[in-house]
Amino acid sequence: MALDPTYLEYPRRRYGMDHDRYAWSLLKDRPKVEWPGGAKVALFIVPAIEVFPLDQKGQPFKLPGGMVTPYPDLRHFTLRDYGARVGVWRMLGLFDRLKLKATWAVNGRAAERYPYLLRTLAARAGDEIAAHGWDMDSPHYGGQPIEDETALVDRTLRALRDFTGQAVEGWVSPGRSESMATPDLLRAAGVSWFGDWANDDLPYPFHAAGGDLTAMPLSTDVDDRQILVEFRHSEAEFAQQLIDQFTYLAREAEATGGGRAMSLSLHPWVIGQPHRIGALEQALAHIAAQPGVWSATAGEIAAAWRARAGA
Amino acid sequence: MKPDPGLYDYWPYHDRPKVVWPGGKKLAFWVAPNIEFYELDPPANPSRKAWPRPAPDVTGYAYRDYGNRVGHWRMMELMDRYGIRGSISLSVALIDHHPEIIQACVERDWEFFSHGIYNTRYAYGMDEAQERAIIQDSIDAVRRATGQTIAGWLAPALTHTERTLDLLADMGLKYTCDLFHDDQPTPVKTATGRFCSVPYSLEMNDSIVFNVQNITPRRYVEILKENFDRLYAEGETSGTVMCIPLHAYLIGLPYRLEPFEEALAYITGHKDVWVTTGREIAEYWSANYYDAALADIAAKAGAR
Repeated sequence: MALDPTYLEYPRRRYGMDHDRYAWSLLKDRPKVEWPGGAKVALFIVPAIEVFPLDQKGQPFKLPGGMVTPYPDLRHFTLRDYGARVGVWRMLGLFDRLKLKATWAVNGRAAERYPYLLRTLAARAGDEIAAHGWDMDSPHYGGQPIEDETALVDRTLRALRDFTGQAVEGWVSPGRSESMATPDLLRAAGVSWFGDWANDDLPYPFHAAGGDLTAMPLSTDVDDRQILVEFRHSEAEFAQQLIDQFTYLAREAEATGGGRAMSLSLHPWVIGQPHRIGALEQALAHIAAQPGVWSATAGEIAAAWRARAGA
Repeated sequence: MKPDPGLYDYWPYHDRPKVVWPGGKKLAFWVAPNIEFYELDPPANPSRKAWPRPAPDVTGYAYRDYGNRVGHWRMMELMDRYGIRGSISLSVALIDHHPEIIQACVERDWEFFSHGIYNTRYAYGMDEAQERAIIQDSIDAVRRATGQTIAGWLAPALTHTERTLDLLADMGLKYTCDLFHDDQPTPVKTATGRFCSVPYSLEMNDSIVFNVQNITPRRYVEILKENFDRLYAEGETSGTVMCIPLHAYLIGLPYRLEPFEEALAYITGHKDVWVTTGREIAEYWSANYYDAALADIAAKAGAR
């Protein structure tokens, strides 16, 4: 028995990445980025407004947070709805008290399911509406017919742009799912930044047909669902980790003289629970009180980075 | 298939010949950063999928890429502060992809050993010639880039065949990190050559700690200290080995690195710790204790 000989061939074993989407570069070698006001850490908070269909197909894979039990999975369906009905309002109160901006990653389908909420979010001065794909059962994937994916991107952006009257130039794929073509389709649809590739602590240029997107470093680790639901860490530990994340990045920015970006990915059905929202407020209150924090939307940070880095 | 890999005999952790590390030290401490390259669209192995999603699996790929772009430098500079030279478990293709990382490690006199070509190319299903080819590729690539001749091996993504350790010994390697049966070096039975196991650790491995056991960053520090305290105390009886295997894409996250430093400060702050590398442990132990170990194993196997 042997493997096919091609298994020991490495056609992309070369300098840099094994694809052509972005250049290999060490964070420490990047041009120093200065944020407005000389801030050390640009903080962007990305709550997701998600629609989970009860009749989930889960093809070719289930997205995080999707239905779990045999149909009809009322417990998970209603708990996800809890986020958009109840939890998100707790988050809004917190952001207002601490004067923090949010970048709302919204499923296109939320325009029809949660119009009151989406109107409220779109009307918030300073916040940004970004697209989060069509719904939480519409993954993008390798091998997806290009017409299908193009329709998915266009339908999502049209729904959000029509409803909000805003440009909607940011994109986070549901479950960070992509096909090989996704960045090209996003660029063609007028997207300027996206947050699918969690591989950095600064924005960077991401090549797409027609011009670069700005890749925003939206961590998959600094995320309430990951830490509280997947890792099952306590709320107090979650708060500590957010503070540690900020402390380290601020110190690194100070030491290197170049700004850093800190993301925080949130889900109202997770963090909006009564026993959890306080931990988030405690951590964000601590962070917001530190010198050198710039609370901004992902779009603002992307624009500032493009301007300062000359990209 | 065999019911037992036949790599070692039962050797109780009791009344063994006393190991004393250089300088009279009680515990050999080494840190093994896994510097890995995962491919975006690797060929399929019949026994294991590389990614859960059809390519491109952006989440898994970007998650690892963070380690090379961002986490490695942080981890390396932290180790510098405590005088720790890494023993690198290397996806050797990374020599081509990211030579800046390799160069920085060469300048620090870190040890390089092989972790396969890519961490998305598995040994499952390879015939002998193919497996020899990846070992030779590893030897040649590391030698060209660093001047070092690799002594150690950690199988790519911990994938093996029945003949892996025989081939490593036959091709001149000296130790494996793939066996988790002991807290001291032990002889490994291979067809040719003198070959040993140096304790690596899954229990202290950041990957297992964070992603399998779901342990918090601060609890990880406590576990490392508790693990150290016990092995340090037992090292009085006979020298022990403690390894911290790391992945820059895990430990290099700010919220993990922030508390982690305390563990390195604590361990290296003890006077009877030999801060060393996998190769140095394998060489010292093999030169001084290999024969005594074989004799003791034989004596204890004869006890009824």
